[in-house]
Amino acid sequence: MLPAIEVKHVSKRYGAVRALDDIDLEIHSGEFFALLGPNGAGKTTLISIIAGLSLVDSGDVTVMGHHVIRNYQQARLNLGVVPQELVFDPFFTVREILRIQSGYYGITGNNRWIDEIIERLDLADKADTNLRALSGGMKRRVLVAQALVHKPPVIILDEPTAGVDVELRQTLWDFIKQLNQDGHTIVLTTHYLEEAETLCNRVAMLKQGKIIALDSTKNLIGTMTSGQTVKLKILPDKLPPVLRPLLIAQAYGLHELRIENYAHIEVILSALRAADIQIVEMHLQQPDLEDVFLKLMRKNKESA
Amino acid sequence: MTGFVTLLYKELLRFWKVGFQTIMAPMVSTLLYLLIFFHVLEAHVEVYPQVPYPVFLIPGLVMMAVIQNAFANSSSSIIQSKISGNIVFILLSPISYQAIFLAYILASIARGLLVGLGVYVVTLLFFDIPLELPGWALLFVILGSAILGALGLIAGIWADKFDELAAFQNFIILPLTFLSGVFYTIHSLPVGWQYLSHLNPFFYMIDGFRYGFFGVSDISPYISLAIVAICLVMISMLAIHLLKKGYKLRH
Ligand SMILES: Nc1ncnc2c1ncn2[C@@H]1O[C@H](COP(=O)(O)OP(=O)(O)OP(=O)(O)O)[C@@H](O)[C@H]1O
Ligand SMILES: [Mg+2]
Repeated sequence: MLPAIEVKHVSKRYGAVRALDDIDLEIHSGEFFALLGPNGAGKTTLISIIAGLSLVDSGDVTVMGHHVIRNYQQARLNLGVVPQELVFDPFFTVREILRIQSGYYGITGNNRWIDEIIERLDLADKADTNLRALSGGMKRRVLVAQALVHKPPVIILDEPTAGVDVELRQTLWDFIKQLNQDGHTIVLTTHYLEEAETLCNRVAMLKQGKIIALDSTKNLIGTMTSGQTVKLKILPDKLPPVLRPLLIAQAYGLHELRIENYAHIEVILSALRAADIQIVEMHLQQPDLEDVFLKLMRKNKESA
Repeated sequence: MTGFVTLLYKELLRFWKVGFQTIMAPMVSTLLYLLIFFHVLEAHVEVYPQVPYPVFLIPGLVMMAVIQNAFANSSSSIIQSKISGNIVFILLSPISYQAIFLAYILASIARGLLVGLGVYVVTLLFFDIPLELPGWALLFVILGSAILGALGLIAGIWADKFDELAAFQNFIILPLTFLSGVFYTIHSLPVGWQYLSHLNPFFYMIDGFRYGFFGVSDISPYISLAIVAICLVMISMLAIHLLKKGYKLRH
């Protein structure tokens, strides 16, 4: 099937900074994809290039098969972008700007969909308010709304939940999830890794302009982490020798032990009991994307 | 087509919503010019036979208002969007570069013409101004505002800050306007200056425009028309080229 986004050998420099270094990436139609990485990794640069806001030094990008430069009109019709910066046009109200935005994409009489977006993003109270008078989080919602007016097959959200309150974050993701179920391809960046973990089926991790990991969320967590662990604080603070092989980390007086499954906890408990050791504190740890992220970033620092 | 119409509508609304500042204020300042010149130079010799100086002056001042406001409209719109960042909405849109260009230029023409018309109508209350060949006047005012709209677009794209835009205005637009014969006929100048004036494209706009009022001009209106049209084509091509290349708009 035609990829929703295809990035081929894309490089981009800003002076001495290699913002993107020979990036190859294919995002399939219907995916819910996360682009993760620390500040300055190149996420926004990559998105800007896909959106045609920045120009590559070398390489090619297509959106739904349309080259973003040679066939820019088709490419842009197929794309909705929520920019990271909070930008807005202070001359208009929310509804006015959504009508204007529809017009840019050649759509007239879009009121029903505009009403629905306004409703879903909880902007109904502010629909006739000038954008200048909205709070930061509200402006962010309007940005999301603007990206959706033309129901683009591919939607890219650059940190859409930055500065957005918990409740709206939930409603926003519900809305985006539904769009994904309806067949829209979603690409997002976020620094809240648990969002990416619950929502996205595939993840690319970027660092210093390079993709350092690209896999399904499940695989990444499965292969990049040491599985489930249990953290224990014990008294006396001396781990019985039989448990030593399980130890993977020790910090703040906590011993972190690898476990294969929940039954394994039983083994550990009985070993402690046999050695007459008391448990002061115990936490069960599920590996998550954050572990993968931290591990990858650390590993890359060593190799760099 | 809808994209173009919407952008045009937005650009028109942008200045219309602040009409006091974008239409009324420049009208008032142009009329003040007229008042001052009228009082200081009332006794000035007739430039054309049977045409008193204030009446000679009015088309020039109207054109000057048109020029300044056409330029101000596109340049300020672009630079404001650039600085506030909301230009991304236009850059992200599928509107063609030619359509973007046309929308900005038409909005500039509209504002230029509104201000010019306003000044003209007010002066009609006080002076008897002939309008011998309205078609010529209209043609030149439209071409002139289109050129300045396109120049404004280029200046807005080029400038990174408001003071750079102001420099463009003060060092290019303003001298070209003042030295174009707004306030005089170039035949009153020394020969050397006359030649220099012929290198100024604004001279032809104003001379052609004035021809529409008095049926007399320093130079054949056909020549002026040709020169003004060529200027418009060249400046438009440059503006569209910059939009296409994303010069200072797409990094
Ligand atoms: N317009 C620009 N001019 C110069 N350097 C730039 C420009 N835009 C980005 N950069 C540089 O390119 C690199 C990548 O920046 P980018 O904005 O893509 O990072 P990011 O992954 O989006 O980070 P964040 O999570 O902070 O949003 C950074 O080193 C940044 O300083
Ligand atoms: Mg970013």
